[in-house]
Amino acid sequence: MVASLEISRVPAPFIPASRLWLIALVLSISAGAGHLAAAQAPPAPPPGRFMVVLDAAHGGDDTGGKLSDGQPEKTFTLALSVRLRSLLGARGMQVITTRESDATVDLNRRVEIANHANAQACLSLHASESGTGIHLFVSSLPPVPSPEGVRFLAWKTAQSAWVTRSLALAGVLNSVLLHDGMSVTLGRTALPAVDSMSCPAVAIEVAPESAAAGAPGQPPAAQLNDPAYQARVAAALAAALLEWRTDAGRTEGNQP
Amino acid sequence: MISRFQTVLFCILLAASIAMGAVLWHLRDKAHQRLVAGEDSAPTSAPTVAPAEQATLLVANDADSSMLAQVQSLPLPQDPGARARAILGKLLDLYAAPNATHPVQGGAASVGQVFLMPAQADSQSPIEPPPDPVSTGSKPNPHARAESKPALSQPAQDQPAAPSTSGPEMAVVNLTTAFAAGHPSGLETETLTLLSICGTLHANFPRVTQVRFLVDGRSRPTLAGHADLTRTYLAAEADNTESQRP
Repeated sequence: MVASLEISRVPAPFIPASRLWLIALVLSISAGAGHLAAAQAPPAPPPGRFMVVLDAAHGGDDTGGKLSDGQPEKTFTLALSVRLRSLLGARGMQVITTRESDATVDLNRRVEIANHANAQACLSLHASESGTGIHLFVSSLPPVPSPEGVRFLAWKTAQSAWVTRSLALAGVLNSVLLHDGMSVTLGRTALPAVDSMSCPAVAIEVAPESAAAGAPGQPPAAQLNDPAYQARVAAALAAALLEWRTDAGRTEGNQP
Repeated sequence: MISRFQTVLFCILLAASIAMGAVLWHLRDKAHQRLVAGEDSAPTSAPTVAPAEQATLLVANDADSSMLAQVQSLPLPQDPGARARAILGKLLDLYAAPNATHPVQGGAASVGQVFLMPAQADSQSPIEPPPDPVSTGSKPNPHARAESKPALSQPAQDQPAAPSTSGPEMAVVNLTTAFAAGHPSGLETETLTLLSICGTLHANFPRVTQVRFLVDGRSRPTLAGHADLTRTYLAAEADNTESQRP
């Protein structure tokens, strides 16, 4: 109170009227710049919101690989995406898919969808007849810390800032899939779609079940066209994402 | 009534025509003989039989997504580029063989050329393998198998072929369109193919630190729909992985 009284006694500096418009212009530009910066910043996810992006690879003209029964990879990935979306929705998660039908979706468009969602997990779904079990791939980009104050990342290497979180997500997926009795292979790869995603991202390639599963005393090895196998894979992935949601709540969510 | 003058003229012209035909036939035979002599396909120099040398191949295995080092003995030329092409050809021959652990059609003919050139210091590959993220009960991944790196690099030290420069080098591998078109589509299989090529090159040419891929001389987005072919691969992934182990 005293201070304010003392300040009030200080005579106001004289500002020529001819310079008032200049000050007003500077102030308005500063306010506009601040507003622009706020608009460019990624929107903070509302508390409790858990978003998952499912990218059913290929589609339309891009059939992907050919599975043993003649089924194209795009059909399998779409079916798995739809099945997984239902399971995740039932568990209270928000799901965004890059395609809901047999349509051609550009690679950059897929990444745009994922990056705009500001998701806590992005899964790129694939299928292959080579190898066995579930193949989990994280981007082979080197992990880099997210620099403070930098909101723009190179498109082709945006995943660098999220690689550490992606590795953690792969770890959760690996743990749950193994617990479910599935054979899991971990690896790093250079997949253009994943490398551009700015979210914890893992490429999941589903292969036929390991031959060890068909050993005596074990159930027969399941093929990709086995609906029961597909359902088991989807259920395991949903359980893993449920666990990831718990972990994400304890940590920093989708922040790199 | 044909005059005698016309008859004689006709005979003279007929004789001239026959004579000219004979001369042309003779000239044709001579020209043909000259052409055949010019196209002599006999080798101008005796072929040199290169001695068999040992080369280390990183052979991929789809069953467990691993890469194992195999030492093969094969004749290798002295030129580094031709040498690298021969080694990669042997690797792809293994993949094209029946019952291959990583079946890929094409064989040695799938490698068009391999060019070795100085690597640019500012073009380090963004593909660098960080430590193995999670290995809880999982099968080993290709990087994890890189623990055999000392064995991989050992044979390369005895090989006489030395690149022309002393610094790190980049290998540009030019594959054929038929190889890319016939390659099985899949994340794992495509990744294993590229990593095995990179690892094999690095095992036999330690100075090769970066690898780029072309298909019939042109850049191609992916190998068979998945693995990125537009970026520079780091050949020394095995070294990095091992150095990051505790």
